[in-house]
Amino acid sequence: MMKNDTARFAVERPDFAAIAAWIPTGATVLDLGCGDGSLLRYLKETREVQGYGVEINDADIVSCIANGVNVIQNDLESGLADFEGNSFDYVMLSQTLQATRHTEPLIQEMLRVGREGIVSFPNFGYWKNRLNILLGNMPVSRELPYQWYDTPNVHLCTLDDFETFCRDHRVAVLERRVMTGGNEVHVLPNLLGSTAVYRFQRGI
Amino acid sequence: MNNSVGIVSAQRASFDTPLVFRSGAVLPRYELVYETYGTLNADKSNAILICHALSGHHHVAGYYADDLKNIGWWDNMVGPGKPIDTDKFFVIGLNNLGGCHGSTGPSSINLETGQPYGSSFPVITVEDWVTSQARLADLLGIGQFAAVIGGSLGGMQALQWSLSYPDRVRHVFAIAAAPHLTAQNIAFNDVARNAILTDPDFHGGDYYRYNVVPTRGLRLARMLGHITYLSDNAMADKFGRDLHAGQLNYGYEIEFAIESYLRYQGDKFAAYFDANTYLLMTKALDYFNPAHDSGGDINRVFARARASFLVISFTTDWRFSPQRSREIVRPLLHNRLNVNYAEITSTHGHDSFLMQDPYYLDVMRTYLDKVARECGQ
Repeated sequence: MMKNDTARFAVERPDFAAIAAWIPTGATVLDLGCGDGSLLRYLKETREVQGYGVEINDADIVSCIANGVNVIQNDLESGLADFEGNSFDYVMLSQTLQATRHTEPLIQEMLRVGREGIVSFPNFGYWKNRLNILLGNMPVSRELPYQWYDTPNVHLCTLDDFETFCRDHRVAVLERRVMTGGNEVHVLPNLLGSTAVYRFQRGI
Repeated sequence: MNNSVGIVSAQRASFDTPLVFRSGAVLPRYELVYETYGTLNADKSNAILICHALSGHHHVAGYYADDLKNIGWWDNMVGPGKPIDTDKFFVIGLNNLGGCHGSTGPSSINLETGQPYGSSFPVITVEDWVTSQARLADLLGIGQFAAVIGGSLGGMQALQWSLSYPDRVRHVFAIAAAPHLTAQNIAFNDVARNAILTDPDFHGGDYYRYNVVPTRGLRLARMLGHITYLSDNAMADKFGRDLHAGQLNYGYEIEFAIESYLRYQGDKFAAYFDANTYLLMTKALDYFNPAHDSGGDINRVFARARASFLVISFTTDWRFSPQRSREIVRPLLHNRLNVNYAEITSTHGHDSFLMQDPYYLDVMRTYLDKVARECGQ
């Protein structure tokens, strides 16, 4: 089961593998928008993390419980008031940043609650997205599987945009991994990468 | 009677080790009535204790051979194939001490005087109940419960289990509960108590010897309580401004359907419930405050808990709102205890915890399946 999960994650969620690679054994992690809890379960099984998830969706709460993952039902948009300052090593937000309305305060909350933050998001600057726009249509892809009229993604950004945000908000990027279809991208990441994962902390 | 545990019967346990209450009062001997469903496994690891709320009792599931319509109060949750699955768990329901359904309480005869305890029955706390429940567990040979489960005041008992006996409970279910009452909660309870205390038939709690019952006070208390168990919307949906007899009469008799409903509920309750027990239960609610003993620091209190927790709240519950459940979750997070918290969207107010909501039942079933696997069931 665990081996299957690892293999499945490598293909379906390359950001999971990248995140897991950053998490040391025994760390405390908070996974915001944790879905069915599969990342937390994976981290629990491979990194022996002590983890909690936050999720709003009823069906996902049930899945988390079935996955043996601690989950707190809560709306991320209302903040992280239930969590004390500096109470986690890592606060993660995977493929959810672009769908948050209160994005700025949420990043600040992540760094209040966690020593470090980890986010993954689809790169809107990926060349296929640019091409779609150039051809006159909103991009629809595996990373962005929605039509313009039903998308939850209200705050899409490019890698450059995110890094500018970090500079302007005194967020220090510690590490970045950019991927396309599970392969690491090193050349022209803002153009050739479809997904990015960042690890960051409070800047000075 | 689909998926019912079927015919059940109450059992009675006698205890002659004096129970010292938190108040300092001592009860030299007492009895607890209880029911059990399912089978205790060989290593006695599959026992679940159900703690009841204000007006509850030991008859949690099934029905009686001589009273088929008397179905247990949580029969939708407890039974074969139900979330609290009696095919997997050995489930115990008891009537709390001070109750009026068979366990020793104010209406029981005090063997030393030959009279009902009445006003002499000690004021009881949640801690005292948990102590008495642990003695019942001892008697049944249960060292550690797989889970202690309760809603409302029952949820407070479940929480107290994790504090009084950290090593005797693996999972605590606190449903529609709160870590302590607010001033508003206590205020409602005090109005309810005043209705009883000022009833001319109350006689300082010793009405039994006058062969009367403070019915008026008790029904008022219940009517008030009932309002707080329902949500504004649930009442609006069910009754709205519907008229009882189709027209206004410009007088003080029942005119609106809600009046008829509340009076009916009040009368029904006053016919079987004991007023002294009602007083005791509301006091136990008021007193519950686990943070009290550590200068108000609830984080420190839960440092001794070892259990895993399932905390559940209901969106329209304004008696113990979701915010109150979050107050339970926070000290658990602080102490890095295992906790799952589900907030159920429900229209039924505080009473939601007794209702059939698919998501609520799903959460309970999924969590309990995990508990069952842990004890090899």
